[in-house]
Amino acid sequence: MSSRYDRAVTIFSPDGHLLQVEYAQEAVRKGSTAVGVRGANCVVLGVEKKSVAQLQEDRKVRKICMLDNHVVMAFAGLTADARIMINRAQVECQSHRLNVEDPVTLEYITRFIAQLKQKYTQSNGRRPFGISCLIGGFDADGSAHLFQTEPSGIFYEYKANATGRSAKVVREFFEKSYREEEVANEHGAVKLAIRALLEVAQSGQNNLEVAIMENGKPLKMLDTDVITDYVKIIEKEKEEELEKKKQKK
Amino acid sequence: MALAEICKISNAPYMRPNAWSSADVEEEQKGLMCNLANPYTLAAPPFENPLHNLNQIQANGDKTGVKINFDHGTTTLGFKFKGGVLLAVDSRATGGSYIGSQSMKKIVEINQFMLGTLAGGAADCVYWDRVLSKECRLHELRNKERISVAAASKIMANIAHEYKGMGLSMGMMLAGYDKRGPGLYYVDSEGSRTPGNLFSVGSGSLYAYGVLDSGYHWDLEDKEAQELGRRAIYHATFRDAYSGGIIRVYHIKEDGWVNISNTDCMELHYMYQEQLKQQAAK
Repeated sequence: MSSRYDRAVTIFSPDGHLLQVEYAQEAVRKGSTAVGVRGANCVVLGVEKKSVAQLQEDRKVRKICMLDNHVVMAFAGLTADARIMINRAQVECQSHRLNVEDPVTLEYITRFIAQLKQKYTQSNGRRPFGISCLIGGFDADGSAHLFQTEPSGIFYEYKANATGRSAKVVREFFEKSYREEEVANEHGAVKLAIRALLEVAQSGQNNLEVAIMENGKPLKMLDTDVITDYVKIIEKEKEEELEKKKQKK
Repeated sequence: MALAEICKISNAPYMRPNAWSSADVEEEQKGLMCNLANPYTLAAPPFENPLHNLNQIQANGDKTGVKINFDHGTTTLGFKFKGGVLLAVDSRATGGSYIGSQSMKKIVEINQFMLGTLAGGAADCVYWDRVLSKECRLHELRNKERISVAAASKIMANIAHEYKGMGLSMGMMLAGYDKRGPGLYYVDSEGSRTPGNLFSVGSGSLYAYGVLDSGYHWDLEDKEAQELGRRAIYHATFRDAYSGGIIRVYHIKEDGWVNISNTDCMELHYMYQEQLKQQAAK
């Protein structure tokens, strides 16, 4: 019977759900995984790319993109929806610089994105954005932040989080293995992000996209061979751990 | 009525038989008071193409006797120095040669960390400063952070630009202390907005500049700076007939503004004269 209550976004179902919004969240759950790690003085975002068809040119459209010099965003869900959101956010970043003569704070731009998403859950003739965003970057005071927004318009700040397919598994992984001292440097943060992605990556190491941002520096997309190096290190560590366990037995 | 139709004035408001029915009056008032609901929708001058025609009316003011150019006289000054920002103003409000008030507050307290000075049309300045206060407070609530002077002055400059050529008359300084340190901006009704270390605005500004330029440097001590501002305004009140009354000095430091003094310029006059005499005696 739910079908009657999921026609319009603005109508509640009797048990208090906005079904269209929940469907949008479902679209996010089907999207490829995105992870974010906030280090002591860096932010790392990583996504699993869709595998490229044999004759397709490797895509230049990326799931990690800049909103401003100091803000980077990754998302899970409908890429087409994300393009709209990215455009709006980029415009807002520049408009903020124009009006206030300051770069946006991470909280500000996250709030802007969340507010836009919320608007699409409460106005007629629209549908919610089918994306969940991970927004990372630096405030003017140099502090690193990582935020997540959901299709409903909620936003939270995290030390590390994942969204998209099997986000729950990755989140549990983060909860288990996030240590302040480990992400104190750039190397550790990247390794944690790649480890998290490998937990759930379906197509293995070849389709990872990882970006790192440090305060005052431009966004750095990691090359495939750099990622491969990290993967090798991680696999080696895993093997060593297994060996240790065996020896104990 | 046929003649009216030929002359194409049958629809003009003064030809309507019921021009003063209550509905019409209400309608007209709605148009003139729309700014009560939204402060940014100030009624434009009540004739066609105000941008063009207002200029013409003002240009022909001497011939027609219809003068809507404000006569305004003021002296305000502000400068940044190592101890923060200092503002000093007089308090005389004039309409031509008529002195309307000797106790105007030409410094508007926007919040605990920002002040605005008024020069030009007092009503324009006070009105838009009030709107600015509101915007600043909203910014604070939304962003959990005080607005920067740069941002506040930009709001003001945007407003001024929106109404450029429509008869607003403002020349204000915005001064404050934010996370970037002391800030001082000059904004006027022509839409210009300039950051700077030292400004003086108003009819007496030339006299004030004379004193300021001979005494100003960045490393002034607090007391010296306050005295410099006060003295500059005093000399302006002495030479400029449109400036006078009480000389108010405000000092903005890292922890907000302080009202340093409000002294009648006559008291200062006798004080400075006395000093002159003593110097001459030496």
